[in-house]
Amino acid sequence: MNPPLITYADVSKTFDGGRVVAVDNVSLDVAEGEFLAIVGGSGSGKTTLLRLANRLIEMDSGSITVEGEDVRSVDPISLRRRIGYVFQSGGLFPHLTVAGNIGITPKLLGTPATEISARVDELLDLVRLDRAQYRDRLPHELSGGQRQRVGVARALAAKPRIVLMDEPFGALDPLTRDALGDDFRELHKKLGLTTVMITHDMTEAILLADRIAVMGAGRLLAQGTPSKLSESDHAYVGELMRTPRRQAERLGALLPRDGAA
Amino acid sequence: MSIFTDPRWAEAWGHLPDYLGSHVRVSVAALALGLLVSLPLAILSRHRPVLRGALLGLASIVQTVPGLALLALFYPLLLALAALSLSWFGAGFSAFGFLPAVLALALYSMLPVLRNTITGLHGVDAAILEAAQGVGMTPRQSLFTVELPLALPVMMAGIRTAAVWVIGTATLSTPIGQTSLGNYIFAGLQTQNWVFVLFGCVAAAVLALAVDQLLALIERGLHNRSRLRAALGGIGIVALVAATLVPTMMRSQTSYIVGAKTFTEQYVLSALMAQRLKAAGLSATTREGLGSNVIFEALAAGDIDVYVDYSGTLWANQFHRTDIRPRQELVAELTTMLAKQNITLLGELGFENAYALVMPRKRAEQLGIRTIADLAPRAANLSIAGDYEFFSRPEWTALRRVYGLSFRGQRQMQPDFMYAAVASGEVDVIAGYTSDGLIAKYDLVALNDIRRAIPPYDAMVLLAPKRANDETLRKALTPLVGKIDIATMREANLRAAGNDATSSRDAVAQWLWEKVGKK
Repeated sequence: MNPPLITYADVSKTFDGGRVVAVDNVSLDVAEGEFLAIVGGSGSGKTTLLRLANRLIEMDSGSITVEGEDVRSVDPISLRRRIGYVFQSGGLFPHLTVAGNIGITPKLLGTPATEISARVDELLDLVRLDRAQYRDRLPHELSGGQRQRVGVARALAAKPRIVLMDEPFGALDPLTRDALGDDFRELHKKLGLTTVMITHDMTEAILLADRIAVMGAGRLLAQGTPSKLSESDHAYVGELMRTPRRQAERLGALLPRDGAA
Repeated sequence: MSIFTDPRWAEAWGHLPDYLGSHVRVSVAALALGLLVSLPLAILSRHRPVLRGALLGLASIVQTVPGLALLALFYPLLLALAALSLSWFGAGFSAFGFLPAVLALALYSMLPVLRNTITGLHGVDAAILEAAQGVGMTPRQSLFTVELPLALPVMMAGIRTAAVWVIGTATLSTPIGQTSLGNYIFAGLQTQNWVFVLFGCVAAAVLALAVDQLLALIERGLHNRSRLRAALGGIGIVALVAATLVPTMMRSQTSYIVGAKTFTEQYVLSALMAQRLKAAGLSATTREGLGSNVIFEALAAGDIDVYVDYSGTLWANQFHRTDIRPRQELVAELTTMLAKQNITLLGELGFENAYALVMPRKRAEQLGIRTIADLAPRAANLSIAGDYEFFSRPEWTALRRVYGLSFRGQRQMQPDFMYAAVASGEVDVIAGYTSDGLIAKYDLVALNDIRRAIPPYDAMVLLAPKRANDETLRKALTPLVGKIDIATMREANLRAAGNDATSSRDAVAQWLWEKVGKK
């Protein structure tokens, strides 16, 4: 395994003056080039854990290093500019065009306009959107899947080594979701990214990720490759891992093979 | 003569460049100041709920103060500040007209701008704000590239509301000495010149609509990212401001300003004095519709050069005297007191415009009332009406004390409506003015003040300190001193209260000069 690019060490975070414990003493490494999925129910602390990495939320205790640097010693603005972030349902700026949204981080970094324009075209190709057709559209003129593709392109615009994704495909229909997941997995490999993706869907995590971390009530319950997690003796983790298999078996029984009835 | 060929339309048009120019100037300055203060405050308060609540509360309170009162409050406030500044820094400023109007109107414009900017910024989706942070924006970049553009439509709606409010309310800045389209309305109401009232209202409405539509054009341009539309709107606003400012700029700054209070006689006399100054080769303009308290301070401060006041008003209101003196003694003492403020009493015009208790002649005869003393025992069954200031003036206190008057009810009315009201029996007695032409017209009688509760009210010409040694000015106005008797003034006032072409103040002033100038 490659050396870790992101390291969480004994990280805790509480809200409301300590009444709500969102992240409880979590330690976790993400290796360079790895695709890690963090799985958990609502309120399990997975989004908080993700946001501590680029300081959208500040931790209470513990330490986090990104690319070898303690995040507290780095300016949070420049930290965020070199980490891609894909928001749930896109988070696109409604008053900016597709090109404007994708080019925003390079623009903040002071990249010349012609260079940004070329980069936008390159990224549109990368996320499989037609340049001419989509460049000047506004977000409300796009479908949910197209919006999320733009969201991914925006996250990649400043050529980050790390991409953080907060339930990126959660709100999409199954077909779009499947296609987008596959496309992103391919990008991850092609660009040599280190990806941390949050999802509440274990099936999606198993299909896309190299490794899975399971969160519950702010604690890290288990982590490992899908096959290793299947052997977990933790009741909740075991249940999470069995569900996709059971569903697959039932589907196998219910659906005729090879489309022949 | 049809309403369209009425020469008063032409007179109204003649005033338009001056009135409209001043109106636009004060409105634009007030709106700009209001925006300059409100926008940063709204932005500053967007993450501070306590400050936000306080600001909105304060702006709402300002909004509940009637426009006229707010404008009037700024005058004494600035006067005090100007005096302070004079004693501390050796330099004062004019607390009259433009400055108090701009400050009051700017305050007035703040609520819609504050409220809509705060609401607009507050309404930006939290997920969008997170995204702005997530892509690496600083708080300032987030504000300017995301939050403000998204809040813009709501903010523009607030700015448009503020613009319409300011333009409408600016008509009320006439009484504190700021020329505006309100000059038409105030003068028209006083002299029953409905052409003027209508003209003033329509002009203000057209101006408000035009500005609103130009702002709407800018708003749509910004929203659709159409530079053309935004630019057209911007050019429209700039053109409007330029077009109305140029005539104002070109006006000579050295001209004499003749002040007038808010009633018919004052309009006629100020027009007469302005005509005499022009005849003497001086350039002169009138500043009309000034409040009774404002006008004296304006003269003392040199904001106006000359006006006509009444001995009793000065005695009781300016110098707070309650004792009653014989006429000659009073004038002598007034001259000394005015001289202390370097104000010159040029002379008395020859008539008196005192408050008098007035009732229909027939009714008075029926009841056997000839003097105020006769009225006193019957007052409990009668009602009285007065102008807006009468019941808070020392004369009313004196009348009640000296005669023991106590009426069944009292009402405040627009002076020109009082006479019709008493003639028709709607009220029984009014506090009218001895020089008012309507006394004769409605066959009314002024009751004798046998115990002399009301001081004498001789009309007198006052000159500003800076004009004390101005011989040309003195020479131009001296021919009026002692020449206007009560009958002539009543007739002039009656003419001015008429509702036709010969009733314009300039026409009446001309008539008055022909009548007295030859004496």
